[in-house]
Amino acid sequence: MKENIMPAIRLTLFCAVFFSGVYTLSILGIAQMAPNQGKGEIVTVNGKNHHINVAQKFTENKYFWSRPSAVDYNAAGSGGSNKGPNNPDYLAEVEARIDTFLLKNPMVKRSEVPSELVTASGSGLDPNLSVQGAKVQVKRIAQSRKISETKVLEVIHKNTEKPFLGLLGTEKVNVLRLNIALDNLK
Amino acid sequence: MNSEILGIIVMYGLVMLVAIPLGRYIGKIFNYENTWLDAVFNPIDKLFYKIGGINPAKEMNWKQHLTALLTINAVWFVLSMLVLTNMAWLPLNPDGNPSMSGDLAFNTTVSFITNTNLQHYSGESGLSYLGQLTLMLWQFISAGCGMAICAAVFMAMKEKTSTTLGNFYSFFVRSCTRVLLPLSFVVAIILVMNGTPMTLEGKDTITTLEGNEQNVSRGPVAAFVAIKQLGTNGGGFYGPNSANPMENPYYLTNMVENVSIVLIPIAMIFALGFILKRKKLSWMIYSVMTLGFLILLIPTVISEMNGNPAISHLGIAQNMGSMEGKEVRFGAAASANWATYTTCTSNGSVNAMHDSMTPIAGMTTLLGMMINCFYGGVGVGFLNFYIFIILGVFISGLMVGRTPEFLGKKIEAKEMKIAMIIALLHPFLILVGTALASHLYAGNPEAYAGWLANPGYHGFSEMLYEFTSSSANNGSGFEGLGDNTPFWNIATGIVMLFARYLPIIGPVAIAGMLAQKQHIPESNGTLKTDTSTFGLMVFAVIIIVAALSFFPALTLGPIAEYFSAK
Repeated sequence: MKENIMPAIRLTLFCAVFFSGVYTLSILGIAQMAPNQGKGEIVTVNGKNHHINVAQKFTENKYFWSRPSAVDYNAAGSGGSNKGPNNPDYLAEVEARIDTFLLKNPMVKRSEVPSELVTASGSGLDPNLSVQGAKVQVKRIAQSRKISETKVLEVIHKNTEKPFLGLLGTEKVNVLRLNIALDNLK
Repeated sequence: MNSEILGIIVMYGLVMLVAIPLGRYIGKIFNYENTWLDAVFNPIDKLFYKIGGINPAKEMNWKQHLTALLTINAVWFVLSMLVLTNMAWLPLNPDGNPSMSGDLAFNTTVSFITNTNLQHYSGESGLSYLGQLTLMLWQFISAGCGMAICAAVFMAMKEKTSTTLGNFYSFFVRSCTRVLLPLSFVVAIILVMNGTPMTLEGKDTITTLEGNEQNVSRGPVAAFVAIKQLGTNGGGFYGPNSANPMENPYYLTNMVENVSIVLIPIAMIFALGFILKRKKLSWMIYSVMTLGFLILLIPTVISEMNGNPAISHLGIAQNMGSMEGKEVRFGAAASANWATYTTCTSNGSVNAMHDSMTPIAGMTTLLGMMINCFYGGVGVGFLNFYIFIILGVFISGLMVGRTPEFLGKKIEAKEMKIAMIIALLHPFLILVGTALASHLYAGNPEAYAGWLANPGYHGFSEMLYEFTSSSANNGSGFEGLGDNTPFWNIATGIVMLFARYLPIIGPVAIAGMLAQKQHIPESNGTLKTDTSTFGLMVFAVIIIVAALSFFPALTLGPIAEYFSAK
């Protein structure tokens, strides 16, 4: 035990210098070549920055809405609902979300509402929606903006992200990108 | 084919593509053979030995290995406690986060030095950057520690009779600098180039399109995430771990992070075959582990992709599967896939909330941790499997009426006693812990109302999951559990301590004692351990010892939930 204490302390301190220090600083150096110098991917609209990977809260009828968030889109305290699949309170909450959605989107049939639009994401900051999740919002947006539905559908079509390499994973849209594109429609 | 399914098949393909050559490389590292990275790492390692005051050539016996391991872990404990309880006034705290309370610091310290990474705090608000970087240090060196002690067991399995098993410090430094560091570098660079933050600046404040203010947490995320995935640590930078879109922004980053989870655990198996020159033994172990892994993976993916029946009853479309607690960019298949990888190894990072998964997936993730050796943690996964090999050898020896031998060494009563104690320790810790918590809750549901986020069977599963995760040194959670209370902090802390060190001490003692014994050359009468017959035998032992001890507890949790769902 005794002959091990000094080496253990000295080795640990040097590991701290090396792994917490040198390693971190090296990656920090490389990050200077990354998008936005490693400070999070940004898009700029009218001189204002937005984090493209972080969901924003959208409540107005003229915008596509993000998936529900258990933390109210708090990007400094993210989290999921952690509700179990058969929890009665949870199912009542989803039911209420469906009703609210149908109320604000009266032209949509209940069976057309995709579950991802009424269930909370894991992080509360899911920036994406399925294509179906965007399409069911088209009528509301077209009406609110007084533009044709085809125009809104075109926005979705143009911004649909294919699975990775066209083969792997899910097809999706980024809600923020859709809404920026809507604002740019003229 | 469905692109979600194809995605997870490609991920496993990538794992094997990298793990086999990596295994050979790790074998060379522990055999002290030359590699092309020597020019870089020989001088760095010399610096470690010089500053540490260590003679890397000094041979150690199994007891000296364990003493060195336990001493250095004690040093980490003290240092970590000091940092976590004083973060508020120490530097690198741009967001002004507070220090931890004593019980939370105890839990977090134990959790990170034992390679568990159970988190009863949320990274964004509970740690300064100094705290994050300190925890990142434990992520490196607790993983290196597991690999080093596993290397000592590999040395003990060689044919010769020997009392010494190499030098612990040397294995440790070589694991950290030559395996974990370069791999972390590669992964961190891929992540940072794909949008994962890497900065020492504090929160960003932006105005949303609708004109609200939004604070966005940042930090040295990419460096942290790389080692948390590779070292089977799993502690996330952000609260929801790799579900957070900063920590894991795209499908590509998800693939890289997911592959990283099992890379070293699988590579260690192939390293064993390389070191012992017994490739067939490696493939036997790998096949048993993979069989178990697939038996858990397939139902998880099917169940999550089929969705939650209770949601279907609400009359809406559920084409993407069960999406509560999941992210659209990964989908149900890649989330179920990650959940199985992370619980079969002792990683414990998540890219979806396990608490919200369907009952079948809840059960398979629990089973992965209860068995804890279908790949397992870096280094320690093999040690867990080693115990089952010893049990398998003994039982088959009895069945065919031969003296039980493993790799030419006789297994006797002393080794068997240790193996049995270690095999039963895991169920003991989990079941006693869960029983105690359930007893407290049932006795006074109002006082402990803050514990459970879900009623009924699922609430029981939350408690069972927490103790299983602690005892498996996994660190994932049914996060609905209100776990930042003195009871949970201290109880799971104690479980993590026992569950880390005893299953290291046991196998090292067995291997050390076997190494000292006379080597008996192989003959016609020797029980062959690198055959599929013996593989099935070990598989059966695992199922009987590990899985069946937990069956009654599982019936009270996920199984009851499954059958009672309307």
